[in-house]
Amino acid sequence: MTTANTNATSRCNNNPPSVALRGLDELWFQVGGTLCNLSCNHCFISCHPRNDSFGFLSLEAVKERLRESVQFGVKEYYFTGGEPFLNKEMAEILSATLEYGPATVLTNGTVFTRRLASRLQAIAEASRYSLEFRVSIDGYNAEMNDPIRGASTFEDAMKGVALLVDSGFLPIITITQTWPEEKTVEVFEQFVNVLKARGYSRPRIKILPTIHLGMEESRSRAYEDDERVTPEMLEEFDLDQLLCHHSRIVTNRGVAVCPILIEKPGAHLAATIEGASQPFPLEHNACFTCYLYGTICSNTGAALADTDR
Amino acid sequence: MTDVLHISIPEKTERIAVFGGIYSNHTALQTALIDAQNRGAERMFCLGDLGAFGPHPDRVYPLLHDHDVITLRGNYDDSLARGLNDCQCGYLDTRDNHFARLSYRYTFFNTSDENKIWLGKLPEMVRFRWGARQVLLCHGSPRKMNEFLWESTTPDQFLHKLFVDYDADVIIGTHTGLKWSRTLASGQSFINVGALGRPENDGTTRVWYTLLHNVDSELTTTFVPVEYDYERLAGEMREEALPEEFVQTILTGWWTTCLEILPAKERQRGKW
Repeated sequence: MTTANTNATSRCNNNPPSVALRGLDELWFQVGGTLCNLSCNHCFISCHPRNDSFGFLSLEAVKERLRESVQFGVKEYYFTGGEPFLNKEMAEILSATLEYGPATVLTNGTVFTRRLASRLQAIAEASRYSLEFRVSIDGYNAEMNDPIRGASTFEDAMKGVALLVDSGFLPIITITQTWPEEKTVEVFEQFVNVLKARGYSRPRIKILPTIHLGMEESRSRAYEDDERVTPEMLEEFDLDQLLCHHSRIVTNRGVAVCPILIEKPGAHLAATIEGASQPFPLEHNACFTCYLYGTICSNTGAALADTDR
Repeated sequence: MTDVLHISIPEKTERIAVFGGIYSNHTALQTALIDAQNRGAERMFCLGDLGAFGPHPDRVYPLLHDHDVITLRGNYDDSLARGLNDCQCGYLDTRDNHFARLSYRYTFFNTSDENKIWLGKLPEMVRFRWGARQVLLCHGSPRKMNEFLWESTTPDQFLHKLFVDYDADVIIGTHTGLKWSRTLASGQSFINVGALGRPENDGTTRVWYTLLHNVDSELTTTFVPVEYDYERLAGEMREEALPEEFVQTILTGWWTTCLEILPAKERQRGKW
């Protein structure tokens, strides 16, 4: 089992530790760029309808990186944005990806149509690999969700969930925790009840922490200066908890370290996956959230983590 | 550090049997051992996770000893041997972890010290040459004892990397509780042998083990269903006050717990 910080090299006490890429288990695609039909007030990369600082990835660009990914033995592919389904080539992109391995799409759930859901069902059924959807909804009713994600987004997303469920999918509902910890059980149970009442008989739910970047800086707070990862914190720490230890993300501006940091200077590493395999210094405050909560971006979260840490 | 036991098996060995997680299902193990012998298995292996889920964990050990089953240390065994307070099953969901804790606590307090010491001495992997092939047995994956290798989330290129990194032609594991196998164009094979401990979420009470048959350099994999006295097991589980959810899995063949870790395709096949 991988324990300890054998791949972490601390530069000096005042500098952040660097984490080597031990292998490429997950390859992410910023397939929707920073373009989103919503403008959520907790978005850590400030996606909105006019934010085109990152553009869509083309089918051809995705295929090129899929071909390159084979040599690294990639285990899972993830797609995010912005809203991935604003990219008109998204269905073809998933079809191409599922020839290589399992795919997960992080979506806001508001842009599904019955036709699209049926097409995705056919694509999923044609592959031996799993196609997962993670649908972001931040409250179990409109009163809780809409102030964060925008007017009518609760109903729109729930319709998307229903379309996915009708098409045989079991979407994972991801909820960003904007409530006090003591209310977590209540929120979870309410969510289960609401989803079941709407026909999703065995809902899957994942609760995520907030990342204090982008819009979230003004919604709640920015990171404090001391919320950083230090070399000492990585002693006896299982580096598999950190996404940058086993993952990279493809954007239309090159390959970056992780989905959280694409807007940060230094996060962009190279044009290709091979060029982006250098160690990454954990110099950003958001690395602290990843350290605390594990690989929050992956479906399997900390499943690979050593539990004896 | 990972410990690998290198063994040799007689050159003419044609059949081996491999058992996945037993989860204290001594009744199924007993049936499977006899079945494997009747089918001509010359060597028998168990890939670990002897305890969990079922009743009377200590009843599994004499069966393994009496039949010379070469046994690996799974995550459950590793936790018991080291006295950890968690089974290292790798669950993420609160409900799944609740049931995992109940089952681990029961197994921990009902496993003798002698057996815990024995578990601590077991190898994490076993390697041997079988004809022209290098065979590697592990619990989850060769790189991590508790890594889940599901059929629908394990791509060919990932398997290829494992074959290269671990210098193996055949890798055999368990941990997920669901059997599957795949042979790459290179001829290298990965086999998940399934589990004897509980049914595989298909609505039947059968459990599974795997027979490997090597003749004239042809390796064939046969998944063998085991029909056993599941009602007796369910009765013992109730007597031991194990969770009714576990009993229902044994009686109905549908998983009622540990569901949240399943990928989409595997989850869609189940009832819950």
